[in-house]
Amino acid sequence: MNHWVIAPVLLPWLTAILLLLAGRASLGWRRRASVAAAIAQIGLALVVAEKVGGGDILVYALGHWPAPFGIVLVADRLAAWMLVVTAFLALFALLYAIRGDDAAGSHFHSLFQLQLFGLNGAFLTGDLFNLFVFFEVLLIASYGLLLHGGGRRRTRAGLQFVAVNLVGSTVFLFAVGTLYGVLGTLNMADLALKVAATPPANAPLVRAAGLLLFGVFALKAALLPFYLWLPAAYAQTGAPVAALFAIMTKVGAYGILRVYPLIFGAGAGPAANLIEPWLLPLALATSGVGMVGALASTHLRQQVAYLVVASVGSLLLAFGLDNASGIAAGLYYLPHTTFAAAALFLLADSIAHRRGELGDRLDPGSTVASAGVLGSLFFVVAVAVAGLPPLSGFLAKFLTLRAALAHPWLPWIMAVVLVTGLFGLIALGRTGSLLFYRALPPETPPAPEESSGLARELAPAVGLLLLVVGMTVAAGPIAEGAQAVADQLLQPQRYIQAVIAPGGMP
Amino acid sequence: MELLLALIVGALTAAGVYLTLRARTFPLVLGLAFLSYAVNLFLFAMGRLTVGQPPLIAAGAAGYADPVPQALVLTAIVISFAMTAFVIALALKARAEMGNDHVDGRHRP
Repeated sequence: MNHWVIAPVLLPWLTAILLLLAGRASLGWRRRASVAAAIAQIGLALVVAEKVGGGDILVYALGHWPAPFGIVLVADRLAAWMLVVTAFLALFALLYAIRGDDAAGSHFHSLFQLQLFGLNGAFLTGDLFNLFVFFEVLLIASYGLLLHGGGRRRTRAGLQFVAVNLVGSTVFLFAVGTLYGVLGTLNMADLALKVAATPPANAPLVRAAGLLLFGVFALKAALLPFYLWLPAAYAQTGAPVAALFAIMTKVGAYGILRVYPLIFGAGAGPAANLIEPWLLPLALATSGVGMVGALASTHLRQQVAYLVVASVGSLLLAFGLDNASGIAAGLYYLPHTTFAAAALFLLADSIAHRRGELGDRLDPGSTVASAGVLGSLFFVVAVAVAGLPPLSGFLAKFLTLRAALAHPWLPWIMAVVLVTGLFGLIALGRTGSLLFYRALPPETPPAPEESSGLARELAPAVGLLLLVVGMTVAAGPIAEGAQAVADQLLQPQRYIQAVIAPGGMP
Repeated sequence: MELLLALIVGALTAAGVYLTLRARTFPLVLGLAFLSYAVNLFLFAMGRLTVGQPPLIAAGAAGYADPVPQALVLTAIVISFAMTAFVIALALKARAEMGNDHVDGRHRP
């Protein structure tokens, strides 16, 4: 039994409990503990990635109960990929938060670690009901984080976010219950075997449950009919929380990628390729709607939130191509868009702080302090988010289009990817020129800021940008890694063998 | 018994959906509670309805009740209970901060 598999789940959980127990300790101490845990998290994620990199699938049977009777944690390449992305994102969001946002309430760091606990658990679990439980854990923590600091608008956005997600959880339970009622198992590998052997009489029930589940994942991912919760929630919450939430939509995408190739993939008999007719059209439409929203936004944070919606469209578009190179392109795009969107949220907060009463409203104002540094950074982040060369967003787009070359929908895909790219460019270009070029000279020139304070404030965003640059420089190995993940995903029999067969047991 | 249970689950779900679509926070909370009751009953029924059967291996048992849905429903009850408490607290906070109980925070004359 390989205990490294459970370590990424245990570490944030134990840290959160420790931080709760040490609630009266000084804020400085809690900050240090939280950052230390986040750094250790990166180490653990890299260890897991190293162990599964060769193609092994590690199975951890909790309580030593063999699958399908007990709950198993399964670390494969996809889980490790998501763990690494989450760990890096969390560290930079936390580094921004400890500058002061975490002081607005007493339990920011506990909630933050619980959020990581939920995320890592969701990526590692091999059981559908356990996935629901980890979704709930990460949602409960996200409710607390979203509302952190309070305020009227934040409360309103939080109320809607909570209500929508509770309905989503209910639907998740209906889907899980139906699958259990028909198939008698909830272990994902076992479900894959049972779905493939479903008698035709039960096929409609299984298909209905599978599509209900798709609805839930679409809600979490903010896919087209279900994206309305996202802009309000992301635009109103605190900047470090919004940056961390950049991974939340990817949890939905992860759910789709985990469940559908495995359980409802090509070999699933009557339920084969269940979501294929839905995913691509919805993803294309989401891209379009997100970009229209970004063009129509009146606030910078709202614009970034709509850009996140559009990026979900691009991500699921790549997954919806339903071939290994498409999934690989999506997996390469996933860390890029996560880091770039998080950097833009952090930067938007820094800009909004300096505009006084205008905040992040997209109206012309006076030149902000340190406009040169902020403007240059905004330019680089905008290049990354809009997917322009030379940064990795462009490479991801290129990979997606290359994977789509043989697809019957190629004209639509090409048109949507290129036109939404142009829209994104226009939206961000207009915002940048409004914030930095068309700014009026201030009546009293802003006092020059202390460079050390500015450096500390911008360091997390710069760090995220450096990750994007790193993804561009190391594009070859990372794209190969993504390809390896995709290849493993499309061979579900190896996952099933690892979990169910005696060979997978300790 | 199956028909009765199915009707109850259906009625609870319908009431839950209707109430969740209301624009005030109190019906919303009630609707979410109804939905969670419905899904708990539904999960419970997924182990098939049995009466007086042991859930674990017993000598001379004629049949068994499925223990897994019972465990699932227990988890689901705990989660939905906590969520209902949280939503009530949040609804009260929203009422206090926005001055009314509309989910969009709009004042209505």
